[in-house]
Amino acid sequence: MMIAVIDYGIGNVRSILSAFENQGANVFLTRDKNKILESDGVILPGVGAFSHGMDSLNKHGLVDIIKEYVESNKPFMGICLGMQMLFEESEEFGVTKGLGLISGKVVKLPTKDSQNEKLPHVSWNELNSGKIQWPNTVLENIKEGSDMYFVHSFVAQPNNESNVLSTTEYSGYNFCSSVKSGNIYGCQFHPEKSGKIGLKIVKNFIRMCKE
Amino acid sequence: MNKIRVIARIDVKNEFAIKGIHLEGLRKVGNPNEMALDYYNNGIDEIVFMDAVAAYYDRNSLSELIQRACADVFIPITVGGGIRTIDDIKNALKSGADKVAINTKAVQDPDFISQSSKIFGSQCIVSSIEAKAIGENKWEVYTDNGREPTGKDVLEWAKDVEKLGAGEIMLTSIDKEGTKRGFDIRLYQNVATSVLIPVIASGGMGQGDDAVQLIKNVNIDAVAVASILHYKLESIQKIKNTLIENQIKVRL
Repeated sequence: MMIAVIDYGIGNVRSILSAFENQGANVFLTRDKNKILESDGVILPGVGAFSHGMDSLNKHGLVDIIKEYVESNKPFMGICLGMQMLFEESEEFGVTKGLGLISGKVVKLPTKDSQNEKLPHVSWNELNSGKIQWPNTVLENIKEGSDMYFVHSFVAQPNNESNVLSTTEYSGYNFCSSVKSGNIYGCQFHPEKSGKIGLKIVKNFIRMCKE
Repeated sequence: MNKIRVIARIDVKNEFAIKGIHLEGLRKVGNPNEMALDYYNNGIDEIVFMDAVAAYYDRNSLSELIQRACADVFIPITVGGGIRTIDDIKNALKSGADKVAINTKAVQDPDFISQSSKIFGSQCIVSSIEAKAIGENKWEVYTDNGREPTGKDVLEWAKDVEKLGAGEIMLTSIDKEGTKRGFDIRLYQNVATSVLIPVIASGGMGQGDDAVQLIKNVNIDAVAVASILHYKLESIQKIKNTLIENQIKVRL
């Protein structure tokens, strides 16, 4: 069982690799087409700006590889910016096209009082139920209200509520904090930085890759 | 209101965790990796490693320590001290840090904050500000771990770093640092009302109640603790319980 973490030159990937290693996975960093396609699970990491992330994926020819991989129905998970890039477009620094694997767009986190509310949203925050039940997903056996670590200014807005796996509230606004569309998962929070509960999510993903 | 983050700050010199008073008179207090793991297992929300002498000696040497921490500590890790180039940031992130704290270099070359936040994202760039009171509601920015006065006003500089793209401010009160006598509440009031990015209060916490006093008076995002944990004065759980008893939300 092999899990590939997509290497497109951005972000802190070491902690993702160590979280998966810690949970017993055989995990490696790669941008090689065959290695990605042969993997039992793929992680798309990412921090920073949407346009920079998409540019880097394009530059390394990874967009088509990702699309080909997800066709296989094997587990795929985008983390943070990696989740945002699953969608069709983002309004960060003008409109940028995303991978378009899930219908919806990425917008600046709407806050009730934009004058006084802090962005980025850097905080531990709670996972609440979405439209999808958690058993048999990466959130299996995670308690509602569990704290996860968030650091972001933009959020994904899926067009279909049926893709919303969890929501999280910030400044009176409930945003989509994780998403699922078939074998494709995305989480806005960082499971690899969310302590022991985060590691449980990593473990759930690994288990799916074995199935 | 966000959950208040309780952050362990571990100052490092060579391979040792150290602690001083007013950033001076540094004493060895333990092995930084063992301490980080212990704090992680006991519920700390984040770890900050600061190389206490890096800026002074013009070097940056925490890579190995970060790599080791990253293997068993699964919460956000910030590294600071001696970050001077884009490559330093790249190395820190590659080693497993999530954020870098920048002080001396930012004061010398403010454009470094905007450059680095454009490349790595604001969320990754923490502006570390060392403040010393020089009058009523007036604080001066210091660099090189509290050694060098800069003539800069802390409030103005805080607004500047926000504009330049810093994602957070870690604000250390040199006057309170290591004293365990509570936070410089006026300093944080002044800075937290001047910026919209998260502010981490560092310096002076001697018990959970010090954080309560600060948070009741200031819209602060996080508190950094050092002496309390290093000298085992209070457990992390006890600090968090004190906050919860005072209706302050924390991660459980």
